Amino acid sequence: MTTTSTTTTQVYRVYIKATAEAIWQAITDPEWTNRYGYTGYAHYDLRPGGSYQVIANEEFKAAAAAGGFPCPDVVVDGEVLEADPPRKLVTTWRMLMDPGLAAEGFTRLTYEIKAVSDRACSLTVTHELDGAPGLASLVSGQNDDRGEGGGGGHAWVLSDLKSLLETGSTLAG
Amino acid sequence: MFTALADPTRRFLLDLLYERDGRTLTDLASGLEMTRFGVMKHLKVLEDAGLVVTRRSGREKLHFLNPVPIRLIHDRWIDKYTERRVSALLDLKNELETS
Repeated sequence: MTTTSTTTTQVYRVYIKATAEAIWQAITDPEWTNRYGYTGYAHYDLRPGGSYQVIANEEFKAAAAAGGFPCPDVVVDGEVLEADPPRKLVTTWRMLMDPGLAAEGFTRLTYEIKAVSDRACSLTVTHELDGAPGLASLVSGQNDDRGEGGGGGHAWVLSDLKSLLETGSTLAG
Repeated sequence: MFTALADPTRRFLLDLLYERDGRTLTDLASGLEMTRFGVMKHLKVLEDAGLVVTRRSGREKLHFLNPVPIRLIHDRWIDKYTERRVSALLDLKNELETS
């Protein structure tokens, strides 16, 4: 057994002063998902084998087109593998905004919500990115750090989600 | 979090994880002139500060760099607008210093 195996998995954790139910809703309700991070309406059919799609809003599409990267209506798609509200959600996850990233195929994303006190929870995002180096770079925020755009990835999304749930507004608003 | 970052060994451990994420204790300890127990203590401090998250994979415990706490500090102090202001100030400074 080797101890130097490489991993393509990324793990992110944030602590949020909110109930598990509120966090679950912010992840799975399209009206909520459109309010933070990259925005867009996430539609989950919350049962194993159910579909998962993120539909870009008009403002996002206009901004993408203005930036020279016209995007499709469905920007992310996948399949629900496990849904255990309000604790665990596992889906496959494919980015469709860019043909190169879309060709990397499906990755696997897991959300885990755990109560750490009466009033706070931890939210852990585990993204298994085997065979998807381009997407791995994007969701880690490294593209943005290099000035290539792409946003701050999962760390930024979770920071924005925390801000929205705790203060009622996002970092931009 | 700042206490966790104040130690050079712990910053080195974070650098190792930045290079390659998801490492075992044995792997991390091999890069340091320190006992496994010492490395474990440092990792515990980083974990308590939220900068490292561990995850089990079979019999192995893997350590991952968690950038979210640093992101939160960044977002709290530097929003998009102040960032622009900061860069404008830096431009001004460069201009003044080179003229």
